[in-house]
Amino acid sequence: MNKPRLATAWLDGCSGCHMSILDLDERLIELARFADIVYSPLVDAKEYPEDVDIVLVEGAVSSDEDLKKIHTIRRRTKTLVSLGDCAVTSNVPGMRNRFPIDSVTHRAYFENAQFNQQVPRQVIPPLLPTSRPVHEFVKVDLFVPGCPPSADTIHFVLTELLSGKAPDLTNKTRFGA
Amino acid sequence: MAQPIANGQIMAAKTLTINGKHLSAEESATVLEAASEAGIEIPTLCRLEGLSEVGACRLCLVELTGSSKLLPACVTKVAEGMEVKTDTERLRRYRLMILELLFAERNHVCSVCVVNGLCDLQSLAQQLGITHVRFPYLYPKVSVDASHDRFVLDQNRCILCTRCVRVCDEIEGAHTWDVMGRGTNSRVITDLNEPWGSSETCTSCGKCVHVCPTGALFEKGRSVAEMQKRREFLPYLKLMREQRK
Repeated sequence: MNKPRLATAWLDGCSGCHMSILDLDERLIELARFADIVYSPLVDAKEYPEDVDIVLVEGAVSSDEDLKKIHTIRRRTKTLVSLGDCAVTSNVPGMRNRFPIDSVTHRAYFENAQFNQQVPRQVIPPLLPTSRPVHEFVKVDLFVPGCPPSADTIHFVLTELLSGKAPDLTNKTRFGA
Repeated sequence: MAQPIANGQIMAAKTLTINGKHLSAEESATVLEAASEAGIEIPTLCRLEGLSEVGACRLCLVELTGSSKLLPACVTKVAEGMEVKTDTERLRRYRLMILELLFAERNHVCSVCVVNGLCDLQSLAQQLGITHVRFPYLYPKVSVDASHDRFVLDQNRCILCTRCVRVCDEIEGAHTWDVMGRGTNSRVITDLNEPWGSSETCTSCGKCVHVCPTGALFEKGRSVAEMQKRREFLPYLKLMREQRK
């Protein structure tokens, strides 16, 4: 039997959720026995593949690129998990939302830049007017709040999903956990 | 049946059912008190032992047989033959909705909040199993007033429970706090919407800071998850005042 295909994705977040995934430590090796990790910032695949069974998405949707990615991810994945407060609530990336986008970019690339003051037009994707939670764009199958969710929580979520169960997160995690 | 006696006076008792359980309660009791006495827990948020009840948060709404309206248990008195339900599908649905709307209405960023892990709103959301907010966040641009020497008012975290207003009026007797505006434009204010730091009525007692259920009021110098609220003083002060009357 083929192993389930697991992916992780990184939108607008601090990578803390991925650090928490790494905190699974030796449980990562055990995980590799039950699933193939087909895409992740932690592995080498460059393009999000077809037929992914489970994806953990870290980060809010903040840029054109995030938006494109999240639609591709949704199209190619059976179970989409919003991992962490940025994906679930937009959290810290969303703190810019009360300011107009021009003043946000001006603050970052002019007021706080000493040299070469300009808004980047290459490589750095343009920001959306506001940074928003993943479920405002695509259907999300499971929400795992936490900043970041603990390695134990992530382990619980993955083992439950891989054994075909819906994880009950009561008392396991919360906003800001 | 023996009549309950309080302060040497005979109190009338009312009999009612809550979730099918038969109980009796003093006639002056609220549905919330009767339920709590019987070990039936109803979620609350604006309520705080020692302050008056205002029914602001609507989390304690209950169903009453024969009434199409939902009633807040904290301000509804018990009545003879009353049939109360506290945990129906409809009530559970509304409670989730109320909490989610509170999160959507201001900027509650738990991860960077002074009361992360110590917050009534956050822990109630966890208790009721909220894992996300289904309504679009409003991300309002609201103010932070740090003009006071020792305290900060952060409107981003305010849920308009009015605990600060009540403790300042009823316990401290200063009535520095009040609410202005309507709907999503409502704000707690000091004096006539003047900076807290230059308030002439504020006694800087800090009671408002400690009854606040969220990180809307906190002590200066507290960082993320550092603002432990101390509320033990409240029932004691109330008791002392009642005995003085």
